[in-house]
Amino acid sequence: MGIEILGLPMMYYIAMVAKVLVAFVFVLLTVAYATYAERKIIGHMQVRLGPMRTGWHGLLQPIADGVKLFFKEEIIPSQASTFAFLIAPLIALIPAFITFAVIPFGGVIEVGGYKIPLQIASYFDMNAGRVFDVNVGVLYILAMSSLGVYGIVLAGWASNSKYSLMGGLRASAQMISYELSAGLAIVSVFMLSGTLSLNEIVNQQSGFGWYAFKQPLAAVMFFICSLAEINRTPFDLPEAETELVSGFCTEYSSMKYAMFFMAEYANMVTVCALTATLFLGGWNGPLATAIPLLGPVYFVAKVYFLMFFCMWIRATLPRYRYDQLMHLGWKVLLPLALVNIVVTGVVGYFIN
Amino acid sequence: MNPITPIINGLKITLSHLFKKPVTLQYPTERPKVAQRFRGLHALNVSHNKAKCVACYLCPTVCPAKCITVEAGEDANHDKYAARYEIDMLRCIFCGYCVEACPVDAIRMTGEFELANYRRQDFVYSKERLLEKK
Repeated sequence: MGIEILGLPMMYYIAMVAKVLVAFVFVLLTVAYATYAERKIIGHMQVRLGPMRTGWHGLLQPIADGVKLFFKEEIIPSQASTFAFLIAPLIALIPAFITFAVIPFGGVIEVGGYKIPLQIASYFDMNAGRVFDVNVGVLYILAMSSLGVYGIVLAGWASNSKYSLMGGLRASAQMISYELSAGLAIVSVFMLSGTLSLNEIVNQQSGFGWYAFKQPLAAVMFFICSLAEINRTPFDLPEAETELVSGFCTEYSSMKYAMFFMAEYANMVTVCALTATLFLGGWNGPLATAIPLLGPVYFVAKVYFLMFFCMWIRATLPRYRYDQLMHLGWKVLLPLALVNIVVTGVVGYFIN
Repeated sequence: MNPITPIINGLKITLSHLFKKPVTLQYPTERPKVAQRFRGLHALNVSHNKAKCVACYLCPTVCPAKCITVEAGEDANHDKYAARYEIDMLRCIFCGYCVEACPVDAIRMTGEFELANYRRQDFVYSKERLLEKK
């Protein structure tokens, strides 16, 4: 069938590029408008209006912010380690975006007789008649999200500023302690699903067999740990304006600062997408298998709901103290995650 | 101690606020309602086409910020009047004592609150500028 490159049809490459572009542009736009949504939602929750002046009800605010940051002066502290200082925002930004490669955002659609699974790192094998994707998808995501901390630590260290260093240190300690509980929370999902492939995990949740119902504790714990991992309120200690000026990005300006900002919001999108995939049935929903284009709609709706929840939490809860954060991570969430695994194992053993 | 309930209660409160009408005033386009007895910029009252002030010096005497400068003059009818009447808005604390002290009801306070200016000397309101606000 047509031209083949490396044993794969031309259509595969076209579909791949299209999927990458669509997902990337979607994430970028979501990141841009998440900042707007956050300001609007938190504004209204505080009985204010939020941005109103740039465009109709402030709709052009993200663009104005972007243009402003783009044209601002680049300031590099004279005592900073220049190379590390410059590379740190990239290290923070790239893992935030590439995690999207394995998240399935829809079912299999058919274009011109060629079946395309709506997940970037996957393809539909005509001979085997099923979708092949990265079979360690969740591990890949965990690995990439832990890379993100390097950017923050490096930024904190390279700035040669006390506040930045404190922010970086806090970020590393926090991310390491919460990564554990997040990982253990997902383990209980693996025990039920028996696979690490995100595509498979989504397929198993069809028809409202969501893992959030089977593993409610794991779902809540994973979401809390993810909030802590991406440094969102109430766990935004690495930034902590009140104590650390702006934490690890104190010395950053212009586009490099914007990159940290984008990384933060892209991480939020990823985490919400992952939570939706693992616990809320991914793109599954009523009629999603019958009408394939409904899949992405459900997926986006779930992701946006979770993002709204993040903003809602931010408007509600004050920041944790450092010792409270560590207490919650190591003394509450970690034991709970372990107990959850044991209970899942025991119950699973008796049911089967 | 159950740590979950307070968090849920907090979430409920913020969600309920989401649907309330914002209290924000879109200032330059929306104007605030100035109360009847608001103490803003001063105005010198006018009667028979001239200021009612008789230059009795009660207002600069009572003024705690010492921002009022009055110089008395004598007109054609040998009546005392304020030849010079200046209020330094940078010093004024808008206490309204001058209005209270005035025996002839020659000074009042208006609802004017936008008193920003570019130069320091512009903050010293002369008699003419105070009369303008009728």
